[in-house]
Amino acid sequence: MSEITPDLVRHLAGLSRILVTDEEVTHLTEQLSLIVDSVATVKAAVEGDVPATSHPIAMANVFREDVVEASMTQDQALSGAPDSAQGRFKVNAILGEE
Amino acid sequence: MSDLVKKNASELVSLLQSREISSVELTTEFLNRINATNGVVNSYLHVNDETALLAAATVDGSRAAGKPLHPLAGLPIAVKDNLTTTDAPTTSGSKILEGWVPPYDATVVSKLRAAGMPILGKTNLDEFAMGSSTEFSAFGPSRNPWALDRIPGGSGGGSSSAVAGYLAPIALGSDTGGSIRFPASVTGTVGIKPTYGAVSRYGLIALASSLDQVGPVSRNVLDAALLQDVIAGHDPHDSTSLPESLGSMAEAAKKLDVKGMRIGVIKELTGAGFQTGVSERFNQSLQLLADAGAEIVEVSCPSFEYAIAAYYLILPAEASSNLAKFDSVRFGMRVAPEGNPTIERVMAATREAGFGPEVKRRIILGTYALSSGYYDAYYGSAQKVRTLIQRDFAAAFEKADVLVSPTAPTTAFKLGEKVEDPLAMYLNDIATIPANLAGIPGISIPNGVASEDGLPVGIQFLAPAREDARLYHVGAALEAMQDSAWGYNMMSQAPDLHDLIAKGGF
Repeated sequence: MSEITPDLVRHLAGLSRILVTDEEVTHLTEQLSLIVDSVATVKAAVEGDVPATSHPIAMANVFREDVVEASMTQDQALSGAPDSAQGRFKVNAILGEE
Repeated sequence: MSDLVKKNASELVSLLQSREISSVELTTEFLNRINATNGVVNSYLHVNDETALLAAATVDGSRAAGKPLHPLAGLPIAVKDNLTTTDAPTTSGSKILEGWVPPYDATVVSKLRAAGMPILGKTNLDEFAMGSSTEFSAFGPSRNPWALDRIPGGSGGGSSSAVAGYLAPIALGSDTGGSIRFPASVTGTVGIKPTYGAVSRYGLIALASSLDQVGPVSRNVLDAALLQDVIAGHDPHDSTSLPESLGSMAEAAKKLDVKGMRIGVIKELTGAGFQTGVSERFNQSLQLLADAGAEIVEVSCPSFEYAIAAYYLILPAEASSNLAKFDSVRFGMRVAPEGNPTIERVMAATREAGFGPEVKRRIILGTYALSSGYYDAYYGSAQKVRTLIQRDFAAAFEKADVLVSPTAPTTAFKLGEKVEDPLAMYLNDIATIPANLAGIPGISIPNGVASEDGLPVGIQFLAPAREDARLYHVGAALEAMQDSAWGYNMMSQAPDLHDLIAKGGF
């Protein structure tokens, strides 16, 4: 059995910035345990020194000439924002009161 | 119904070029078909009536004035709703993006516009392309035009059902673990995942950046080739797009001779676990290829055993990072809890309300896989499995020019059948995932219907990276052999959509 517990699910949901109800925690604990047990087989798949692949096709860095090109306007960038003011994204307080 | 909508894209292009039909007439035919059937099939989340007709009229005007046009000009197309469009909402099947109109077009969308192809609308998908059935779309599932109580595959079930149900002649999809090929398999259509980087991902809402690839969905191989030729090529906006051209796919789709071609049957993707009718049809097509002079060999890819496990670590890990951008600040939904909440609480409340169950599951799983203490065991091992899978492919391609397997273990299952069982759902992609992990191209073409249920079966070919042309070559060749061996085209076996809708009971 995996080590997925309700407390761990709550912690991971917090890191993921997703609010979860107690009911969801119970459901997710059960499902994630099954999934993690299943994917844990990768631990046994590799013997010896095998390099990791992060990207399927080997590529080098891509550069372009350092010239100014057209880019999105401020209005365009803000067009989908839930809230904006004075040409900026407007958000709630960053820090709480405690 | 007009027979025009049943014609292949390449036939429609000829009619447009010879001015036997106008693009406005053709686009109107498809919009009428959409109007009459989309309420049930739910292929489209958004229909672009006005802008599609405007684009069509522009092409007609240019043609009348004798201006040079792209060969596909005037041919309408459907676009998966995880590709950004400035003139239509782009939701990726999620409530968190409901109503969002992006400020830029995806590069593939710009290419369609430049070619003069009217965009009929945006097709349904599992939320952020996470799923195999469209049942995880926040806007309801699409239905399979062969049987309305069954899934059209996923995540690109909107595009597959649109093309199979004649709501579009051709469509764009995206394939991260099989999201083009699995839907093609279960709807009797053609779907291609090009080589990673062959097509720009700029403007494709990222699921897993090292796996995602945009590709064509169509009713025959030549049509898909024509579309790949429109959308392929290097894009300065996508640093992972290949710098070199892979040549003309349409030319490859016209070579019908497979004499001497070495076709490798992947041992691990046949036999146990595959539905009887799927295996029967697979063996019949191997026989057709052998009769035509292809050399059928067996290859072994032992690491495929771990492909799904590796995929369901790498994908959630990348997705958890990619989906962090849906933070209630720059675009999409914002839900503020009571009182004077901090931005962190607003984010958490927004993501709770805006994401569906599969997205939450995968983000949390990805966050776990990337946590310190687990990273090496899970994500690190999965990346090593990726290397082993690439080595298996390299060894197999020493023995064979292309590899072959059934596209999926089963025909279309019923809506609701697997939605509560993630592991069962994940197994649908057992044959398609290895190509994404290795970055190589894959095609699914129709392979008849299964004897036990009369539903479509698919056959998949895989080629080495950058050798997409081989897939169009062998795919078009097999398609021609099937038509002559069977005496009919597969799509002629599909039931009439209007009859199915009238009958009800789904």
